[in-house]
Amino acid sequence: MAHVPASRSAADRYKAGVMQYKEMGYFDLDYVPKDTDILALFRITPQDGVDPEEAAAAVAGESSTATWTVVWTDRLTACEKYRARCYRVDPVPGAPNQWFAYIAYDLDLFEANSIVNLSASIIGNVFGFKPLKALRLEDMRLPVAYVKTYAGPSCGIVVERERLDKFGRPLLGATVKPKLGLSGRNYGRVVYEALKGGLDFTKDDENINSQAFMHWRERFLYCMEAVKRAEASSGEVKGTYLNISAGTMEDIYERAEFAKSLGSVIVMIDLVIGYSAIQSISKWCRANDMILHLHRAGHSTYTRQKTHGVSFRVIAKWMRLAGVDHIHAGTAVGKLEGDPETTRGYYDICREDFVPQRLDRGIFFDQSFASLAKTMPVASGGIHAGQMHQLIDLFGDDCVLQFGGGTIGHPTGIQAGATANRVALEAMVFARNEGRDILAEGPEILQRAARTCTPLAQALEVWKDVTFNYASTDTPDFVPSATPA
Amino acid sequence: MRLTQGTFSFLPDLTDDQIRSQIAYAQAQGWAVNVEYTDDPHPRNTYWELWGLPMFDLKDPAGVLHEINECRKVFGNSYIRVSAFDASHTWETVRLSFIVNRPPEEPGFYLERNEVNGRSINYTVRSYAAAAKPAGERY
Repeated sequence: MAHVPASRSAADRYKAGVMQYKEMGYFDLDYVPKDTDILALFRITPQDGVDPEEAAAAVAGESSTATWTVVWTDRLTACEKYRARCYRVDPVPGAPNQWFAYIAYDLDLFEANSIVNLSASIIGNVFGFKPLKALRLEDMRLPVAYVKTYAGPSCGIVVERERLDKFGRPLLGATVKPKLGLSGRNYGRVVYEALKGGLDFTKDDENINSQAFMHWRERFLYCMEAVKRAEASSGEVKGTYLNISAGTMEDIYERAEFAKSLGSVIVMIDLVIGYSAIQSISKWCRANDMILHLHRAGHSTYTRQKTHGVSFRVIAKWMRLAGVDHIHAGTAVGKLEGDPETTRGYYDICREDFVPQRLDRGIFFDQSFASLAKTMPVASGGIHAGQMHQLIDLFGDDCVLQFGGGTIGHPTGIQAGATANRVALEAMVFARNEGRDILAEGPEILQRAARTCTPLAQALEVWKDVTFNYASTDTPDFVPSATPA
Repeated sequence: MRLTQGTFSFLPDLTDDQIRSQIAYAQAQGWAVNVEYTDDPHPRNTYWELWGLPMFDLKDPAGVLHEINECRKVFGNSYIRVSAFDASHTWETVRLSFIVNRPPEEPGFYLERNEVNGRSINYTVRSYAAAAKPAGERY
């Protein structure tokens, strides 16, 4: 009973009544986490007058075995093993009244291969706990023993590229716009034009499901006509993310089966279908040779604000385990929230086999993925060809760049918009490989490529001044320190 | 039509100097470069013919360019591509692949529609060249 002060007997510890969480065994600064422990880092903002260490112990308690009062039934269990332990509390730099609480959980607290169980434990009741003003799950360290209980992405970056026969450059996509109102036949027109013009993928938006203006079967039928026509015209494998999100799992499977029967290489789901549904459809994709695209619809409701919620880096980690092949992970330069370094941290989590602690990217723990396949991050939202050098510099080759408005809004048509993006992309990758400094020379590289590509010249002219320069809300708390020579 | 498989097919055809720069990049990453050719560039034809083995130990782009030109002498009317293989753990796959030679005429592909189950269609992409002539006599 190492965590009961020697001065107190077990009988005293379990006497009926209320006791500080710190006194109940949920707080131990001497605890050394085991390699098999699941670690969580919370940002806690205690209510005025609440001791941060007690608040941290309460988080450990409420996310593991504790309740508000002492219960004698603890003594029927190996309760020491099941208690989470807060083992470190640090003040957040530059943020008064916020603390980072490090908490270790024994592996036996968790069911294998279940994001539902993991999330119910770690972000269950505790987020509504009254003594805290706010609580945010910043990062988790998932031990290899736990990671290995998940199948992960059924394709991942390597297999997706091999199936599509596309190497050495980011993939190119576009979300069909307007996202609501097009009939199936009109919708397929956009898909055809964009793919024929040079994109690899088109995409349904998150709320394209089966509405009055377009039943899902109409969309699937016309989209696959468009995909296959574009394949024949280019000699390339093409795809369109058919969104199979629906009200019930039965409907989701029905839509998935229909997509497969028409020859689609990829299907899409929204994050809001829920963790069990995501793991289920990932399993289906593995059995049906299908790439799985995840749109992170809804995430900003809990990822964006720094003091409360769950960081997207945690969601990205969970989704890689759950087995999605694509995940929207931000653009940094586009229209949606995304600090560049924080966003690069998300990309690392999706793509690397071992992600070392990197505080300037918001990564608090070393994380091994134990050879789990890599999830392809998707950059989507308010990006255009003129930003190609910045995008490739930030994110490298293994991502999908999605230019929706930046394709469909081209002044001379969707095919021209797609061609502009593809030429800009290939020219920039080529220049980088040649050894050019693309960040400095990017605009010049694009202008040179535009000399033999009128659509690119037009795109650069139309969108030359479009930027989205707003302060990010979710930024790293640490700045890089100079490495000693 | 212009076959747009490969990393750089939307750019104007690459000069030998440009090809050399990309091979040098691949070699600098530690990737092994090889040369492949085909007269059946169907998007699902994964296995183009090998022009020798990947050049695992070659660090000089000129050596690869020499092989490309030897291949062009024999199969100048075929598609020829350069692929770069990364043997490192968690990759172990092609990392770069681009076309360095194409036939003067590219007839392309047509889409065969097999109408089934009401409005559903089973699609098959077929090559005009492969449909017209046997291997070795196309282009």
